[in-house]
Amino acid sequence: MSFISRLKQTFTRARDGFAAIRTLGREGRPLDSAFWEDFGDLLVAADFGVPTTEKIVSGLKTVASQEAWSTGDQAVARFRKDVERFLQVEDGADLKLDVKPAVILVVGVNGSGKTTTIGKLAKRLRNERKRVLLVGADTFRAAAAEQLEIWAQRSGSEIVRGTDGADPAAVVFDGIRAGKAREVDVILIDTAGRLQTKTNLMEELKKIRRVIERETGGPPAQTLLVLDGTTGQNALSQARLFHAATPLTGAIVTKLDSTAKGGILVAIVEELEIPIAFVGLGEDVDDLVSFDPTAFVDALFADGLSP
Amino acid sequence: MFDQLSERLGAIFSRLSGRGRIGESDLGEAMREVRVALLEADVSLPAARAFVARVKEKSLGADVLASLSPGQTIVKIVHDELTALLGPADPAQARLHFSDAPPAVIMLVGLQGSGKTTQAAKLALRLKEQGRRSLLVAADVYRPAAVDQLCALGKQIELPVFERGQGDPVAIARDGVAEAKRIGLSTVLVDTAGRLQIDDALMDELSRMKSAINPCEVLLVADSMTGQEATAVAKGFHERLGVTGVILTKLDGDTRGGAALSIFDAIGAPIKFVGVGERVSALEPFHADRMASRILGMGDAMTLIEKTQSLYSEEQARSLEQKFLRNAFTLDDFLDQLRQVRKIGSMGELLKMVPGLSQKLPKDFTVPEAEVNRVEAIICSMTRRERRDPALLNGSRRKRIAVGSGTQVSEVNRLVRQFDETRRMMKQFGGKRRHFLGK
Repeated sequence: MSFISRLKQTFTRARDGFAAIRTLGREGRPLDSAFWEDFGDLLVAADFGVPTTEKIVSGLKTVASQEAWSTGDQAVARFRKDVERFLQVEDGADLKLDVKPAVILVVGVNGSGKTTTIGKLAKRLRNERKRVLLVGADTFRAAAAEQLEIWAQRSGSEIVRGTDGADPAAVVFDGIRAGKAREVDVILIDTAGRLQTKTNLMEELKKIRRVIERETGGPPAQTLLVLDGTTGQNALSQARLFHAATPLTGAIVTKLDSTAKGGILVAIVEELEIPIAFVGLGEDVDDLVSFDPTAFVDALFADGLSP
Repeated sequence: MFDQLSERLGAIFSRLSGRGRIGESDLGEAMREVRVALLEADVSLPAARAFVARVKEKSLGADVLASLSPGQTIVKIVHDELTALLGPADPAQARLHFSDAPPAVIMLVGLQGSGKTTQAAKLALRLKEQGRRSLLVAADVYRPAAVDQLCALGKQIELPVFERGQGDPVAIARDGVAEAKRIGLSTVLVDTAGRLQIDDALMDELSRMKSAINPCEVLLVADSMTGQEATAVAKGFHERLGVTGVILTKLDGDTRGGAALSIFDAIGAPIKFVGVGERVSALEPFHADRMASRILGMGDAMTLIEKTQSLYSEEQARSLEQKFLRNAFTLDDFLDQLRQVRKIGSMGELLKMVPGLSQKLPKDFTVPEAEVNRVEAIICSMTRRERRDPALLNGSRRKRIAVGSGTQVSEVNRLVRQFDETRRMMKQFGGKRRHFLGK
């Protein structure tokens, strides 16, 4: 199956959310205030958020008066282009892993899917014939390390794990030492889920980062935020506060196969100007795909569904 | 939780209640703002629309605008409507229902990562405290190590776990219920695997499980940070399983909690509990009316009083009061208080429940917990006699205490001064009102 048709298929739910917008475009309605209100409501319902929605609508209104548009379909067509432009971030797509060992630090709130994502990412890197070490620095949640251990087996990666309740930074220290000694290509660090407002836990994250910097002589090659695709406007707070604690290089949006709303992707890229590196589209180990903004928008707006 | 929503609504209504006259256009303007505030808090579009329409309709009728204090009447209407949006009119419906014949079977369902396994343990602990022992059944055979997680939690709260590792979840659930019957436990909590509400095969599995074990409660565990998708998720599970209640998780973050205001509206099943932290004790019952007050920044005196009551017996409260009156309150009592208060939760959350205070706290207000730790260290570094009689504290004693607690003499001085002031204040306060604790 080609990448695009796969995306189309899995974004079917998101397409449903956008169907109303496409319909609105086809009705040939005049560009009156009722149209703009409906249009704005639809964006909000797709999780674009009020500020992003207002930005988009006022931008479209300005262009509409400049170019003397008369009907809604013109606005919808332009909107599609805008979404695509929003989602384009320079140097997106591929993960840069130039150094060896390349450290990938994975962070996020509880239940966003960090461990599962790491498992999938490890499999992906293993398919590229990289030697991978997983570091289980979630020493808080019951059985978190056991979960990671299973993913290590499934993906054929090595693992360093701490005992329950151990200092996560110490586990990371051990992991990096081990990774260097074994000359692995990539070290994937799984951290405990934490709500972004818990100051002490965010401090713990900073400490982990300091350990990485000290032991490898630089920041992690990648710091990835794992976001639950069904999250609403709180995703912005997550992106902001995690970014403040440990500067992010990308985001991974999980459970996108479940959501009918793609709007939050736009809001996040808008806010942080970091690329969406991958999206999780299902439960299988191969269901982590690189994010391609153009394909995403094409899939959202394409009319026929022909996988 | 709900802080930002409170703030927005608070600002809108304080402007409104300040006015003697409110015209229809003022009302329209305020309602537009309310709508935006709700949408920004992730309240679903249909729920927000309906809410604003109802408030508007009620405010325009019944001569509200012509009344003496229209602003306050409107705030009252908003409060009532908010309560209605958050839960059923009869609060009894928001309690857990148990079947007459034991064991009472409770199923936990939801999306991946919403917190089912953790809430299962929290709920079991809560029931245990109420005298109901539960069997935890590990029916999540899909997520790696989910069974291990439940076993570890079971050990922590000292309750048995029924598990078989892999296998058919329906059979595991059925055998788990039989096991509870055999060993005579009153409650069974079934932890199921996370799944998407659109995954037909897995949803079918749940509905077969439901027929097999006949639960008295099917609880949907939902992440409070969910966006507009919340209604679709809730409806999806409700249509297949008949959800009887909701546990809303991760409310201890800065979520604006819109999901809380959308789910009941969408499926009519009440929110029964909220998860407010990672500890197994961090589960609280949900009260729609109190939550409405909190959202509107009116404080939540009831919860605060209950929390305090759970700490102090009538007798303790009276003896404490006597101490205040006789000015016999010592640093030892003070330390006791400090530790007690900490037991019921973070001070910041508590302060927000005080009516009238939540609006006045600065936006980024946090209780300096480190400061509290230092106070504790200072008091602990004093001798018993010093704690009873701070007047003893001369310069050299203060120096010793500072060294012992790893603080500065100036900090010790400040604490002693503050304590003296508090004691003076308490005496006056106690003299005026004879009952101030738990009343």
